[in-house]
Amino acid sequence: MPELLQFCVSGLTVGAVYALVALGFTIIYNASDVVNFAQGEFVMIGGMTTVFATAAGVPLPLAVIGAILVAMVVGLLLHRLAIEPARGASPVTLIIITIGASIFLRGLAQVVFDKQFHSLPAFSGDTPIRFGGAAILPQSFWVLGGAAVIVVLLWGFFNRTLIGKAVLATAANRLAARLVGINTSFVMGLSFVMSAAIGAIAGILVTPITLTSYDVGMLLALKGFAAAMLGGMGNPLGAVVGGLAVGLLEALGAGYISSTYKDAIAFIVILVVLFALPGGLFGKASVERV
Amino acid sequence: MAVFGKCIRGAALLAGVAMVWAAPAAADTIKIGASLSVTGPASFLGDPEAKTLEMYVEKLNAEGGVNGKQLELIVYDDSADANKARTFATRLVEDDEVVAVVGGSTTGTTMAMIPVFEDAGIPFISLAGAVVIIDPVKEFTFKTPHTDRMACEKIFADMQAKGIARIGMISGTGGFDKSMREQCLEVVGNYGIEIVADETYGPSDSDMTPQLTNIKNAAGLQAVVNPGFGQGPAIVTRNYKQLDIEVPLYQSHGVASKSFIDLAGDAAEGVRLPASALLVADKLPDDDPQKAVVVEYKTTYEEKTGQPVSTFGGHAYDGLMILVEAMKRAGSEDPKAIRDEIEKTSGFMGTAGVVNMSPEDHMGLDLTAFRMLEIRSGDWTLAE
Repeated sequence: MPELLQFCVSGLTVGAVYALVALGFTIIYNASDVVNFAQGEFVMIGGMTTVFATAAGVPLPLAVIGAILVAMVVGLLLHRLAIEPARGASPVTLIIITIGASIFLRGLAQVVFDKQFHSLPAFSGDTPIRFGGAAILPQSFWVLGGAAVIVVLLWGFFNRTLIGKAVLATAANRLAARLVGINTSFVMGLSFVMSAAIGAIAGILVTPITLTSYDVGMLLALKGFAAAMLGGMGNPLGAVVGGLAVGLLEALGAGYISSTYKDAIAFIVILVVLFALPGGLFGKASVERV
Repeated sequence: MAVFGKCIRGAALLAGVAMVWAAPAAADTIKIGASLSVTGPASFLGDPEAKTLEMYVEKLNAEGGVNGKQLELIVYDDSADANKARTFATRLVEDDEVVAVVGGSTTGTTMAMIPVFEDAGIPFISLAGAVVIIDPVKEFTFKTPHTDRMACEKIFADMQAKGIARIGMISGTGGFDKSMREQCLEVVGNYGIEIVADETYGPSDSDMTPQLTNIKNAAGLQAVVNPGFGQGPAIVTRNYKQLDIEVPLYQSHGVASKSFIDLAGDAAEGVRLPASALLVADKLPDDDPQKAVVVEYKTTYEEKTGQPVSTFGGHAYDGLMILVEAMKRAGSEDPKAIRDEIEKTSGFMGTAGVVNMSPEDHMGLDLTAFRMLEIRSGDWTLAE
């Protein structure tokens, strides 16, 4: 029984990061139909900028804020310089542009930062908390708590603010939104900035546990994309559930079945779910979208 | 007619001058070739190797060269591409007409070049790790780095001395990790050690607590070994501390760099690993027979390049010096004579340890090549 708890805590911690990456995918996808494969790079930028800022003597809270701002600027530039000029192109073209952007950002990170792995000190110590036979790092609570706060804030933003409703309206029908006076270009830019901020926060929270380097984004983007598909592309609740589920599947697969095949186990379960529910767990049965 | 005759004489004179000018140049230098992975994915191997070769060839020439002749080093960059390496090997043999070759940074490039040098009868000292390079023995092929199997044997010998008989193993699935895991499984039986848990993790995994939980719960566990390379072992070490596993943790020579200690932090305390003496050059006791060699190489390398010394550059140093010694003993630049003398190398003290080659062993290192280190207060200490 203690193992089960240990596996679940591991899975949920890693899953919370997948969930945040999947949320980033969802926000941009809703506003623009683009699957932004540079989403993982925002996670990397968040972690690496914080590492290098703290190494240069900047206090951690300031470094965190700085890293989030850097990621937001990169997100805005990505939209303004790469996505916006190509508006009117098909979503597939835009997706390819984001893949190019992610390769570019990775290359840039090698030059601006370096190619080594880096770590951050844990926010509240390294002493594990013993609970029911499982050892839980305090940083895991930061990750899970941070993810929960972001989800609540996003829910409030979309349901309680005018701009949030404008984003939802754009997601529902871009032409109609434009007709009622919503600046859809602004909304799309906003969605890139928000996704970048969420990615950066995920990267900062998780770096003390998982370490970071210029190329951590690639794998996170893949896992986050899988999580978003599992939950149903475009559904924020689905993204969170999907992310946690992928994390849990990996940890339980590694713990109970075979560590060699843990990624395969997670992906087989995702495939089976998508066979039964092609739109994902919470997805609408839409056939038109890619 | 007279004009024509003058022309002929002039041409003959010119040709004669050219020959006279070229002949001593060819006879006064000894050409040594190298194809190294200076750029590309294995640049962490090829870069220090190329720097080391250039540095020491320059030094040897300044001291008067070998057998009264200057050395001429020809380095090609194969960027870890086996196809390129093979092309460069042919070029070294046919165009550059080298008498011997040092390097091949990776096992892949080395294996691609071996047939070329074996056919041409040019001695070839590889700087790559895998045991397949010299097992079975090939007439003209040698190597200087120790093998993964020796790292396993060193770890298991240390365990045996401590009475450890039941161990867990957690390894990565990357190239280095996988190869070392297989070598470890092959030799573990010779030390009366039983593997009670065998787990793996992916090269970019970020959490190994599920695997370690299973290992922790294995009955009668006395130690854990982690053959791995890159950031994986650092995360394993952190998770190991998180789960409070009491038994000793052994890492491999794959993490023998300062960045491992930085990444693993406090969790690295007490971790043991086999590594080259080069890493602890200044901590070796003064009566250690290897001390002079490793301290000299470390100081020279760090002064010239301003970068911390790596074991890979050390392999290139060993390869070049073994070759130079052999050429001195042979007293000629005949490739066959050099080959015979390389095979007779004995008692050579290199950065990797004492080299005693024989017709059956074209590497010539034994387990003393590795030192068992333990991490204490964030630094390496000799555990023996």
